[in-house]
Parts: sequence; structure tokens; C-alpha cells
Amino acid sequence: MSGASIEKGIEFIKEQIDASTASYFSSCVHCGLCAEACLFFNQTQDPRYIPINKVEPMRRIWEQEYTLWGRLKSALGLTQPVSEQDFADWEELVYDGCSLCGRCSLVCPVGNDISGMIRKIREGFAAAGHAPEGLIGATTRAIEIGSPMGVRLPAVKAQIGHVEDSIDLEIPLDKAGAEYMVLLSSMEIMNFPEYMEAVARIMHQAGKSWTISSKAFEATNSGIQIGVSDLARELVQRVVDAAEELGVKTVISPECGHAYTAIRWEGPNLIGRSYKFKVRHILEVLDEFRSQGLLKTQGLEEARLTYHDPCQIARKGGIVEHPRRLLDMVAKNFVEMPDAGAMNWCCSGGGGVSANERAEGLKLTAFKQKKAQLDAVKVDTLVTACANCRITLEEGLEHYEMDLPVVGLTEMIAEHLVDTSPETPAKENAQ
Amino acid sequence: MSAEALLAWARGPAFEVALVIFIAGMLLRLFEILSLGYKTDLSEARGSGVQGGLRTLFSRSLPRPSILAKEPLRIINSFVMHIGLLAMIFLFGPHVAVFESLLGFGWPNLPSGVIDALSAMTLITLVVALMLRLNNPVLRFLSTPGDYWAWLVTLLPVLTGYLAYNHLLLPYTLMLALHILSVELLLISAPFSKLTHMFSFALSRWYQGYKAGHRGIES
Repeated sequence: MSGASIEKGIEFIKEQIDASTASYFSSCVHCGLCAEACLFFNQTQDPRYIPINKVEPMRRIWEQEYTLWGRLKSALGLTQPVSEQDFADWEELVYDGCSLCGRCSLVCPVGNDISGMIRKIREGFAAAGHAPEGLIGATTRAIEIGSPMGVRLPAVKAQIGHVEDSIDLEIPLDKAGAEYMVLLSSMEIMNFPEYMEAVARIMHQAGKSWTISSKAFEATNSGIQIGVSDLARELVQRVVDAAEELGVKTVISPECGHAYTAIRWEGPNLIGRSYKFKVRHILEVLDEFRSQGLLKTQGLEEARLTYHDPCQIARKGGIVEHPRRLLDMVAKNFVEMPDAGAMNWCCSGGGGVSANERAEGLKLTAFKQKKAQLDAVKVDTLVTACANCRITLEEGLEHYEMDLPVVGLTEMIAEHLVDTSPETPAKENAQ
Repeated sequence: MSAEALLAWARGPAFEVALVIFIAGMLLRLFEILSLGYKTDLSEARGSGVQGGLRTLFSRSLPRPSILAKEPLRIINSFVMHIGLLAMIFLFGPHVAVFESLLGFGWPNLPSGVIDALSAMTLITLVVALMLRLNNPVLRFLSTPGDYWAWLVTLLPVLTGYLAYNHLLLPYTLMLALHILSVELLLISAPFSKLTHMFSFALSRWYQGYKAGHRGIES
């Protein structure tokens, strides 16, 4: 993020433009349907938040640099080069007014992946020095300290100690040859240690070997959110090195949407090679344990509950049925929100929005979309599977004075585990 | 110039020039897109990119139910307009004859009366499209001169074709000449306007569908 300049910004945007981007810009007919899919536009009714408008500087660069027609227009002085002012004007649209949720990409009649383009244009904005302070801070901490929230290894070890004491199970650190390497997000380490506890108990019941790496415990990738591929690559590389050093078979992405996108989908492309291990989201692993009969639960939640699909996990990650199958094991009164699944509405804090203090007001306005969805189902409990969604939902619910507990799915499953400790063998307790 | 001479010119040299510009221009546009390249995805695939690409190529022709419920007029109007345009262009007897002379083979056509009704309907959808563009805040915000130009060069062939077929406004020969000239304007404009989407939509749907298929996600 050093040496930022407009020229560098434009150069970085040019580098991001490939055949897919060019086909998207060539195909846009200005039908405006992307607006109808966007929570930021819907809740503000401000046309600037129309998704395709957020990438307008990139469109201009593409037209001026990569089309004959655009070059002709430039030569005739009919086009305006992208200026410092454009970067200043669009910064808020590119970062604050988009959670990279990808809902717009799913409704475009010509198939334009608009959120994918916003991810790309951020590379230019970060390089031009037009990224929000909050995200720059988070990314700097991720690189220098190892976690966007500033969580260091001693803090992780302390939490591990607390969890070990409370459940009387070992949380293995740096165990070579373990089958699974579990990644955590800072929020899970600091705010939701019950996640670590849940994983330990589930792994114990399933009889699987697992470990946390002291070199790469953090899964959040703020490099992806801010749009700096170099930093994103470094963060992915740490996980890859740790996983390959320990020789694990599978790396488990935590309940965090962008962490999953970063390590599962963008990671190999960032480091330029495929991994020597698999990457699975914790819900995929749980669902696999379920289908293999390794996940034994007892009792059912009585509360009327619904599930919030995190965008990066459901819409952009394809994990839609897994959480529902898992909820079926432990919940009696599960109801779907309108638009649930691949078309679910974002919590409003994804894509770095929640790490961007400046966007707080806009985020809470956009949260009204979620509020409307929740108002329609009238539930007692909200379940989700992304620590960032969870924090954003809790904040939004509090702001709008909605009394609704938010629970992580992994820990809900863990709460219903049949006790299989040596004193009480599984078969005695199983239903 | 007499109407007959104008018609002969429109049918002859003018049409050839327009056709060459259309084909060369579109090939250039597609080359501009494809030459930028697309990197192979190195992440472990969960599904088939090719299957996803093919699926999305067709699936995006139908709107998402939730969006249809929100914007029924905009979506249905555009849907009907595209069907009308395609039917008129490719299924009107005299047009099929033109294609046959160019390609060496033809195909069945729809009765002229049906095409006439479709033209009237398409004209209405084009008027509605303009009204929406002028009145809907989202569309007004997004609209550029290029959008109005694209609208105009799409409208003119439909309008002149309808007037010529029904012998309205001007003598038939003159109106037919104007119809053919308006088609030529459309052909020349297409590669340099958003009308490029008549071909590039297949690429954009393919790219997004390919990525989705690779990831095993809906698209």
C-alpha cells in the first residue's frame, strides 16, 4: 500500500481487466436490474449505489484502453480520463456501499459478474491510496501481527488454555500429520471461543486428529477485502506453508465467509499453484461427518429458528444444503426466510464494510433489508455460520432494538452432541 | 433521386457496405474481448465449469422470480420486445428470403399477419422501454446518449417495416427503401454501441457460468 498514486491505481485496474471483464462491459445494456438486487441501493434509493455504477471508472478505463472505438473517442477528445476526483468520488461506492455479496451478479440478464468486478476495481483503489482507513488498519495488522484484529499467538494460547480447562479436552497445537488443520477468525478467538470448544468436542466425538497452527491460525484475509492481491497472497501463503509443513490432509475454513473465499477459491490463483491439501468449510466437514455417521446428536431445539446464509458461503461458495441438513439434526422448528439460500440478502457488513468505521451509518441503513426479512418470519433464534455476519447481525439487531439471539451453527451442533467421553460410552447415551 | 433508385441503392451497394461493417466490426469487438485472455482457475473444482457455462448461457434468459415480482413491467416488456424482434428478423418471409440469398439456405417463416401483429406489439414495447428509461430513477441515472441512440436505431427498422407493410404514411417503395436504410443504420451502429450485446451476452453469460460451475454454485 506504499507509493500510492492515481497512475498506479489506473495501472492496477488495467491489469485486472481480462476477457470476462471486457465481455461484461460490452454486454451491459443499462437495464438497471442489478439495482433491484442490491441492499445498499434498495435501502437508500440513491442511484449512485446501483451496482454497475460502482465500476464506472473501470468501464471507462476499459473503453479508453482496450477498445478501438474508445481509443478513437479519446483521440478526438470525446472521453474524460479517470482522474483523482473520480477516485475520490467512487471510493465510498466501491468500499462502503458494497459488501461484495454478489446478489447483483445473480440477477444480471446478460450474466455480468458485477461483484467480481468490484473486487477487481478495489485493487486499483487501494493502489491509488483510496481505501478506507479502517480496512488499511485491518490489513496492516494482518500482515504485521498476523491478525486483522491484532490477535497475537499468546492470546490464542490463552484462549486455548481457557477452552481446554472448560471442556477437559486437548486443543492440539502444531501437531504434525494431523488429518485436519483448523483455521480460526479473530472474532472466533476473541468473541466466540465457544467455536473452538465446539470444534474440539466434535473432532473428539468423530475420532479425528486435528491441529491448530501457531504460524497460521488466522483465516481472515483482509487483503481480499481491501483489494490488494500482494497482501492477500502473503496471507494465503502463510496458511499454505503451515499446512504443508504439518502435512495435513484438509484445511478447515472457519465460520467466516471471506476467509472461505480467500483460502478455497482465490488462494490457489493468488499463489499461482494448486494446494497439496484440500480446503473445506467447517459446515462441509460437519455435513461429511453427518453423512458418515460420525456426528451423533441428541435432543432438539424447541425455539422457532431461521438460518442466515452468509453470502460468501452460500451464494459464492455453494454451501446451501449443508447447513439445512445439519439444522435438521438439531432443530424442531426451522423456518426459511424469504429469499433464503443462494438469493439471501447480505447482513450488510461483508466485504470489509464492517471493518470500515466510516461506513457504520450506511451499514445500519442497509441492515433494514435484513430486518425486513427477519420481521417476516418472527423467530426466536437466528443461526448463521460466519463470525462477521454474526457480529454485524448482533449490532444491527441491537440498533433496531430487536431481541433475537444469534448463534453459530457449529456451536449449536456441539451443544447437542451425544456425550462420548470414556466414562459414558456413546451407545449408552445414543437415542 | 427517385424512390426506385434509392431502393436499388439501399438494396445494393449500401447493404453490402453495412453488412461488411457489421461483420468486421463485430469480429473486432469479439477479438478485443477474447484477446484479453482468461486465466485458468487453479482452485480445486467442485463442479464442471463447462456445464455451468452452458447452463447459464440459457438460464439467464429467464428472470429470477424475486426480481420479476419487483419489476414485472420492466422485465416482461424487455422479454416480449426481444421475442418480437427475433421473430420479426428471422421469421418474416421476405427476411428469410434475404437470409437465403446471403447464406444459401432458408427456413420456415411465420404468416405475415402474425409478424404484423408482432411488429405492432414490439413497437409498443419499445415505447414502453423509452418511457421507463425516461421515468424510472434507476434507468434515468444509468442512461447515456448511447442508450437513446441504440433505442432509436432499433425502433426505426421496426417502425418503417410496419409502415411499409401496411402501406402507411409514404409510398411503399420509398418506405421500403427507408426501412432497408434504417436496417443498415442498425447494422453499422451495432458494433459501436451497446447493441454489441447481441453477441457478447453469450460470452458474459459463459464466463460467469463457467466460474459458477467450477465452484459448484448457482448461477
